[in-house]
Amino acid sequence: MWKKLEKRTKSNIITYGMVIVAYIVVQGLMMTGNLSSLMQGLLVPLCAYVILAVSLNLVVGISGELSLGHAGFMCVGAFSSAFFSKCTQAAITNSGLRFFLAILIGAAVAAVFGILIGIPVLRLRGDYLAIVTLAFGEIIKNLINVLYIGRDSNGMHFSMKDSMSLNLEADGEILINGAKGITGTPKDSNFTIGVILILITLVIVLNLIHSRDGRAIMAIRDNRIAAESIGISITKYKLMAFTVSASLAGVAGVLYAHNLSTLTALPKNFGYNQSIMILVFVVLGGIGNIRGSIIAAVLLTMLPELLRGLNDYRMLIYAIVLIIMMLFNWAPKAIEWREKHLKFKRHKEKEAQ
Amino acid sequence: MADIMLEIKNLGISFGGLKAVQDFDITIEKEQLYGLIGPNGAGKTTVFNLLTGVYRPDTGKILLNGNDITGKSIIDINKAGVARTFQNIRLFKELTVIENVKVGLHNHHHYSTIEGILRLPKYHKVEKEIEEKAMELLKVFGLEKEAQYKASNLPYGKQRKLEIARALATDPCLLLLDEPAAGMNPNETKELMDTIRFVREQFHMTILLIEHDMKLVSGICEKLTVLNFGQILAQGSTAEVLKDPQVITAYLGE
Repeated sequence: MWKKLEKRTKSNIITYGMVIVAYIVVQGLMMTGNLSSLMQGLLVPLCAYVILAVSLNLVVGISGELSLGHAGFMCVGAFSSAFFSKCTQAAITNSGLRFFLAILIGAAVAAVFGILIGIPVLRLRGDYLAIVTLAFGEIIKNLINVLYIGRDSNGMHFSMKDSMSLNLEADGEILINGAKGITGTPKDSNFTIGVILILITLVIVLNLIHSRDGRAIMAIRDNRIAAESIGISITKYKLMAFTVSASLAGVAGVLYAHNLSTLTALPKNFGYNQSIMILVFVVLGGIGNIRGSIIAAVLLTMLPELLRGLNDYRMLIYAIVLIIMMLFNWAPKAIEWREKHLKFKRHKEKEAQ
Repeated sequence: MADIMLEIKNLGISFGGLKAVQDFDITIEKEQLYGLIGPNGAGKTTVFNLLTGVYRPDTGKILLNGNDITGKSIIDINKAGVARTFQNIRLFKELTVIENVKVGLHNHHHYSTIEGILRLPKYHKVEKEIEEKAMELLKVFGLEKEAQYKASNLPYGKQRKLEIARALATDPCLLLLDEPAAGMNPNETKELMDTIRFVREQFHMTILLIEHDMKLVSGICEKLTVLNFGQILAQGSTAEVLKDPQVITAYLGE
């Protein structure tokens, strides 16, 4: 039965299986009390990072464009959904339903931003997307830091100055308090929901790649001119990959936001470093390799926590590991070594003959 | 008079001060094998680029099957029935051989993105059709054994064939081949000539090709147009054109 399956189907089953096994192992560790509370606190962000890495791989690996603002889409998803949850906390008491709606809203808002950025930029050739998304991430973060929204009996109040200029009535409450962010978001997300969202992300990304649309996206990546000559719309498919990716990053943001009681747009959460870190997951895991992205995201998130004392050197370790991986992947000597010592490479060569 | 597939009148384009193609006229009948020859830089590939919508012509008209396709986009021209191959092979290198052909079938077999992601019944039905159609095309070109290879791992001659297969997958009525024999050895060229003839008969295809290999041109083309410095030097049946003294001095050499 296993042998009869296509190579691709097998590979997908391994990917799903890996996530499920990891979930069962972690649940087991938690039940037997073998997981420190520090690690337990890391589980939901970890799920968010995995979703981010997988979704960014859709842009970088499958569509062949460089996006440096993935944290920006995460930020948009996080704040729009946290705002929604806070507003409706009293109205919708069923936390499952509220969180489900929050996910939809986070995904939709991030997708809208993806389309707005994608339509002008993806028409251009070259690295414009990297520059524009980089700017987008920073703009969004700074914009949220000066945004004040409050609510009272007269309705909503907005301000870009400070919380005083909202002019709230006595019964009013501040929903978004500028640099202090959103406090009191309901804690709706947990590890189980995180893993379910990872699986949904995998279904969407893997099934998209292995469909008619996915082939078109990869064809454009491999040869834009040839793809156009056989009637494939470049902008449509680049936009499709970018929007799906942005919207999944928004979902990761929703997951992340509903795990924190206070959500603030710090450079640490949603800044440039975060976007680069997600890119590091993708590059380390192998560009275009979805399973690799998951493994890299898990390892690189867990490692600094395990080596707590080295935390200050985290970015330094990232940089060094990244350089070593690049050398391992691309240096001629390293390729030679791999071909000599690793079996699967030889297998590929045989295929070529 | 036989049916006319392609009619070009007075086609011209210039880049800055350079008149790349001027006063270009051509009439190609259905199922004809037509050759476009000329020295390097004569404007042959520019004609292809005008025909497929890469460039917009400054002057002139292009009629495909009686429909005006002048100035349309690359995608619309492909949908109207013009498919091409490239001088320097342009395959989707990271995709497998069969996937390359499947991309060519893109506009003829539809299901929505949602149906694809949710793997609804229509996905399975249409994918099966695509698989069968792509395999059929690969068999025509003797590539069925290499279906699961990466396209970049194919030997050169087979890459050329795959490019033709991919172009045919878009179900064209006019096939443009840009130097299909470039870089081939005499054996491969001979095989290619058989393939081109076969494609014409099997698919009832009209073919316009650019080529430098005179053996191939004189072997399979029924009519020729010779370009020199962007202008037509001679036009007519292959035998006549190749005897033309002007063509011999400009292109073939004494």
